This record gives sequence, C-alpha cells and structure tokens, in this order.
Amino acid sequence: MLGVPKERPTHAEQPPLVLLRDITKSFPGVLANDHVNFEVRPGEIHALLGENGAGKTTLMNILYGLYRPDSGEIYIRGEKVQIRSPRDAIQLGIGMVHQHFKLVLPHTVAENVALGLNGTPFWAPAKVVAQKLRELSTRYGLHVDPERRVWELSAGEQQRVEILKALIRGAEVLILDEPTSVLTPQETAELFKVLRRMKEEGHGIIFISHKLDEVLEIADRITVMRRGKVVGTLLAQEADKATLARMMVGREVVFRLSKTTCNPGEAALRVEDLYVRSDRGLWALKGISFAVCRGEILGVAGIAGNGQRELVEALAGLRRVERGRILILGKEVNGRSARAISDLGVAHIPEERIRMGIVPGLPVEENLILKKHHRPPFCWRGFLRFLAIREFAKRAIEEYGIITPSPKTPAKLLSGGNIQRLILARELSGRPAVVIAAHPTYGLDVGATEQIRQILLRQRDEGAAVLLVSEDLEEIMELADRIAVIFRGEIMGIVPAAEATLEEIGLMMAGEKRVKVEG
Amino acid sequence: MRRLGPFVFEPRLSPPRYIVFGVSVLAVVVALLAAAPVFLGYGQNPWQAYAAIGRGIFGSWPSFSEVLRRAIPLILCGVGLTLAFRAQFWNIGAEGQLLAGAVAATGVALFLRVPEGLRLPLMFLFGFLAGAFWGLIPALLRVKLGVNDVISTLMLNYVMAYIVEWLVHGPWKGPTMRGFAYTDAFPLAARLSFLPATRVHWVTLVLGVVMAVLIALLLARTRLGYEIRVVGQNPDAARYAGINFTVVLSLVMILSGGLAGLAGVGEVAGIHWRLRSPSHISMNYGYTAIIVAWLARGNPLAAIFTALLFGLFFAAGDYMKTTLGLPFQITGVFNGLILFFLIGFDLLMFWRVRLARKEGAWISQAGS
Repeated sequence: MLGVPKERPTHAEQPPLVLLRDITKSFPGVLANDHVNFEVRPGEIHALLGENGAGKTTLMNILYGLYRPDSGEIYIRGEKVQIRSPRDAIQLGIGMVHQHFKLVLPHTVAENVALGLNGTPFWAPAKVVAQKLRELSTRYGLHVDPERRVWELSAGEQQRVEILKALIRGAEVLILDEPTSVLTPQETAELFKVLRRMKEEGHGIIFISHKLDEVLEIADRITVMRRGKVVGTLLAQEADKATLARMMVGREVVFRLSKTTCNPGEAALRVEDLYVRSDRGLWALKGISFAVCRGEILGVAGIAGNGQRELVEALAGLRRVERGRILILGKEVNGRSARAISDLGVAHIPEERIRMGIVPGLPVEENLILKKHHRPPFCWRGFLRFLAIREFAKRAIEEYGIITPSPKTPAKLLSGGNIQRLILARELSGRPAVVIAAHPTYGLDVGATEQIRQILLRQRDEGAAVLLVSEDLEEIMELADRIAVIFRGEIMGIVPAAEATLEEIGLMMAGEKRVKVEG
Repeated sequence: MRRLGPFVFEPRLSPPRYIVFGVSVLAVVVALLAAAPVFLGYGQNPWQAYAAIGRGIFGSWPSFSEVLRRAIPLILCGVGLTLAFRAQFWNIGAEGQLLAGAVAATGVALFLRVPEGLRLPLMFLFGFLAGAFWGLIPALLRVKLGVNDVISTLMLNYVMAYIVEWLVHGPWKGPTMRGFAYTDAFPLAARLSFLPATRVHWVTLVLGVVMAVLIALLLARTRLGYEIRVVGQNPDAARYAGINFTVVLSLVMILSGGLAGLAGVGEVAGIHWRLRSPSHISMNYGYTAIIVAWLARGNPLAAIFTALLFGLFFAAGDYMKTTLGLPFQITGVFNGLILFFLIGFDLLMFWRVRLARKEGAWISQAGS
C-alpha cells in the first residue's frame, strides 16, 4: 500500500468532504445550533472551538447521526444526504472518537475493533482484523498491539484504538471530541503527529476543543462557535490567542490572573506517609506526604486515575486511611467522620458535582445548607429554622451570582456553572481553614471558570490552605503556588510553580521523571 | 425528545402538582376499567356492580363506617411506609411489623400484670416497640452488611406470620377456645371502644391521623427529616455531607415499623379481641399499604386520603361478597391493577406526550 508518494491533486478543487448548511437544532428552552454552516475539505484539520455549551458537540452529533437537525442540509462529497443513525454516518465515511471512549475493557484491541464490523468472518473475526490493524498502525504511526487487552492500555493508547476503529471502517472524516483532555503533553504530541499523517493521506479531521494553544498548533482552519452560532471561521496562520478568545467569549479575557505573593504560614493541612486503597482494594496512594500552608495553593497535577480521587476522599473523611496520618490545623483526623472533618473547617468541592455535590430534587436553599444543617443558625433543637436558611440563601445567591429563578427552585434545574457556584457558596461560607477543590472548573464555560478561579485565589489571600486537584495543567500553572505531581499513587515531586515548566511537569505526570520532594 | 409512532415524548424535569394528581387519578380510573372483565366473568354487569357498590357503601352511616374501619390500619402502615420510601428504604415488611405489634399487644393484654387503666396505653407502647424492632432488623442488615432491604423486609413477613401461627396453635392457644387456633379473648380493659353503631375503633383512627401530621412535620421541618430527604434523594451527597446512615435509616425504620405495629395493636384490640391466624388479623393491610404510600407519592398527609380510598375498596370487597355473591379476592385484583397502572403511568409524569405535528411527522417518517 505504501508506495512512492504521488503528486497530490490540490484538494481545494474537490468538493468539501463534509458541508453542513444552515443547520438548526433546538432542545426545549435552548437553541443549540442556529443556522450553522461548517465544512471540512480533504486533507484539512478544521478545529471547532467554543466554550462548553456553545453547540459544538450538538453539531457533531448531528453529523454523526445521533441527533436529527430541525432544519438544514448535509452534503457529503457534494451529495445531499440524510444521516439517520451512526450506522449511516459510518457508511458515508464519517468516524467519531468520543470524549469518553466506548471500549470493552476486558477484551483485546483486535476484538474491540472487530465488534460490529461488517465483512468479518463469523468465527474468530479478531484474527482477520489483527492483520489489517498492523497495516493501518504502520501506515499512520498508530502503534498499538492488537493482542493486548484494553484495560492494560493507557488513555493515549485507548484513544489510538478508537481512531483505528474509525479508520478500519473506512472513515475519511474523523471527528475528535476534546481528544487531548485525557492525554499527557507527550501523548498529545504523539496524537498530533498521527493527525498530521492522516491529513497527508487526504482525510478530513474535525477537532473539537476549547483549548486555544492546541487549536492554534494543529488546525488549518478554525471555526469559533458561541451560543449555538458560528462567530467566524479563520485560517490558523491568521489567528492568535487573543482574537480567538474574544470570539469565544464575546469580550476580552484576562489570561493572567492576578496572583499576590504567597506567605506560607503554619501548615493547615499536613499529610504524612499516607496509604489508601482504591475501591478494588488495590493501593491507590503509596505513602505520600505533603503540607499546605495557610495562604497557599498547592496544585496536584496528574492524569486521571493516579490516586487523586482517593486522596481527596481520604482528606474529606470519606475513605479509610490504612497507614499514615492526616493533620488538619495540627489535629490528627484519621478515622474521624466526614461531618467531624467538615466541622473542623474543611471545605470540599467534590469532583462529581451533580452526583455528590447537590441533592438534585431539593430546593437551592436547602442545598445551600447541606453539611451545616445540623448546626446553628440553621438548626435549633432538632428543628430547621427556615428564616435563617432563607436569609442565608438570599445572601449566597447574590454574593456568588447564582442564577436561579428563586431559592425554592430544585437544584437540578440549574446549569452546571450555577450548580458549581452553589457548591462554592456553601463550602466557602464560614471561612474554611482548608479548601479541597477537585476539578473545580471541569466542564464549565470560560466566564464561570474565571469567576471560580478568582474565588479560589481570594480564599487563599484570606488565609485558607487550598489543595487544588485538576487535570487542567494550565489551570494549575496559573493558580498554584507549588505543584505536586502524582503518578500511580506516589508524588513524583513538588516544585514551585514559578520555576516549573510544562515539559517538566508532563514528564513527571508520565512517571518519567522524579524530583526530590522538599519538606 | 423521543418519537414513538405518531407521538412525541419530551422529558419533564419536575412535574407540576396537578399532573401528579391527574396521573394518579387516571391510574385508579383505568384500573377500575381494567377490572371490568372480572365482573363479566362472574356474569355481572360491571357498571351496575360498581353502581350497586357505591349505593350500598354511601347509603348509610354504618356501612360507610366500614370504609373508615378498613382505612385505620392502612393509614398507620401507609404513613410509616411513606417515611421509609422517602429515605429510599424499600420497606415491604409492614405486614410483618403489623403482626409483631399484634403479638406484643396480645402479650400485654393477656399476660402482663398491670393496673387496668394502663393496659391499653401499654399495649400501644409495646406494639410500637415490637413493630419498630421488626423494622430495625432489616435497616441494620442493610447498613452494616449491605443486605437488600426488599428481600429482608419481605422475608421477615413470613417469619412473623409463622411466629403468630405457632403462638396461636401452641403456647398461647386459649384454653377456653375449644380447639380453635385463637388465644383467649382479651379482658374488657384491653378492648378499644367503637364509634356508636359502628366498628370504628376511633382511638386508633385519631392516632393514625395525628401520626400522619407528625411525620409530615418531621419530614418538612426537622433536621432528621432533612437528613432523611437527603439520604433518599442522593445517598452519595448524604455520604459526602457526613450524614450518618446508620442513625438515619435506623430511626426511619423504627418509626416506619413502629407505626405498622400500632396498626396491629388496633386490629387485635379493636376488632378481634384476641390473637388469631395472621391472615385474619391483617388481610394483607401491610402489602396494600405499599400501594397507599406509593399513590400518596411519599406525602404522609396524602396517605390519609389514599388509605381512605383503599378502605373503600376493602369495604367494596365485603359488600361484593355479602350482597353480590362475588369473591372478596376481587379487591386483590383491584389493588394489583392500581399499582400496576400507577407505576406504568409514571411515564406520563416525567414525559410530556403529544401528537407529532404533521410536518414534523413527515420528517420523522423519513428518519425512523
């Protein structure tokens, strides 16, 4: 297959691989796509940039046959088509790599690829597929062993499997939904190499992202969406960060958050030689130690699943400490209940804000007192004091800018950003000494993200010890005073943010590098 | 949004009250329609039968009072179950908890040496405690060992039913009952008085209504009620907030089981004046109360009214048996159908169904 590269025809003369014309799609109460036009030419990486909720994923779900547009037309290679299901999309040569991989973990790579593939023999389909996989792997530089089981693979390798799945089904257009969110910087570089290779082969690639740096690096053209509309399409060479950000948000964004110099006081949170098990009983934390001072943000960087969740849960009193100690304001809290730890002044902004952080059916005001409902002023002799609760809710809604029809509205009707504001308003009321924030801006739009980062910085300036766990390296670089990198339950090193480089942190996240941990 | 034939389904996040009420009424009406073939099978015109039952029951105070009498155990058990369901504890065990209360009351009535004035109050107290104990077992089993609450509460019903059987055939068999499987009759001081010209043991009725009000207050106004609602609506958030599941679920089941126990006291002290075979004491009140609580949508005050509705069905069953010559078991068919349609019609509460507009329908035809 791999011959001498022939002279390629200029792709621009061919009809676009995909042309979406005037696509409109509404959900109850939301216009998700408003007369959107979008095209991908062969041999092009076209980035779709926008905040969460801008309508990028809706548009791609329409192209992939998961939704049907209310109106508008879809042309593939110049021909008008109806895409009624992902099956139609695949037949038309469209492949999609979802943000959350859709793989069967106990099966091998080849078995996963063979699943649902047409034209494979009834018996041992994976055998035939494995051969084909090897061909494709070398052709595109997508190195995965077809015989390995998926659960053994890293996130980057799993993503390669998803891309191979699409390629083997003959995808000419590949949709990648936030593909770098689970990758280390090194893995991202690998992915970009593969994408460039695919581009050379004449594939069209749609790259969905909200990260400006990435988009500028990989894309040929960039289409920016905001609130369901296309704001504009520009060539990557002609675009810069500030312009794109302004198009995305509709106003100027200050990138550097004001950061005052840190005065580490006494250690409000100290962890000594902590051992914790995961849900499956394996060691999730293997003897980690660190301290967070008052007036300091310690960022915990790492790829998801390296013990961050267990660390946060152990600190919040939700997971058993097997060995080692946790000290809050000098008091050992091993074995204390979540309530006791919360009462000591530990705020916990949980990772899964809807699953854990709120009670969806209860009104906003009752959600605002969770964890404090058992103490005055909200509770007196076992009875709730609704006057005090209402008063507190009104103040919190105003202070944190929670957008809600009323304090009695069920929390489930709020948007993601407002739910997070609600959680912050609740957790940060009453001046916590320690703030544990797990992925506090994950999935939020730029406006809410900025506000929440400012709130965390203010907490620090007011003397709280903040532990910030995040997968967003830029966020950690911006906010943290020191950065601890966690890999497979161990701390690879703690470095001052001022001296850290992305590359160094990336290597530590991948377990390639270890620096001496300072006290 | 989903399409099914000519219908479009749109999710409805929080159904307004009138929808909840309307859907519940609809379920009852459809169940009445669906039960019609049973009457036809017995050679009766169902509409005439329904009309005759209505006339018979609402015709006079003594016959209407039977509705109240039947509703008493349903109110107590139903209110307790609304509480358990609000905490997402699936208490299917009101039947056993009711029987536990009946056993304890019988013990106090027949065997405890106390001043006669204290006998009834003590019967209620011990009946409550016995029901609470029988309810507490599955609560602790679930919190401490993760035992499924549906299974454990259901199985404990059988255990308690056999304990009652054993008592009335064995150690507690009444020497004066000439071979019947009864205990001796209760002394007068252990019997509840009736409303005039009825068999309505009003003390238990008042107790049921008061309890409904208290439980409603507990849920809406107290710290414990708040914790119960949090545990029921999002156990993960409850864990996150440091709410103690052992305490909350134990208290819920002490109350839920205790209330069913009170219902058992009312039945033996108000109706039978003795302990006898479990099927005579309870007539499946504990199971029917599940439907009562479900229809009340977890609202203890609403449970008073849904209990009255099912009291009406029981009274109708009595009337069918005595006047129309139909088997009482038709009541069971009714109750089953109502629960069936209630659960089925939940779809209508959380999805708005409408006919697809012409235009839209064509697009969908092209699509599906």
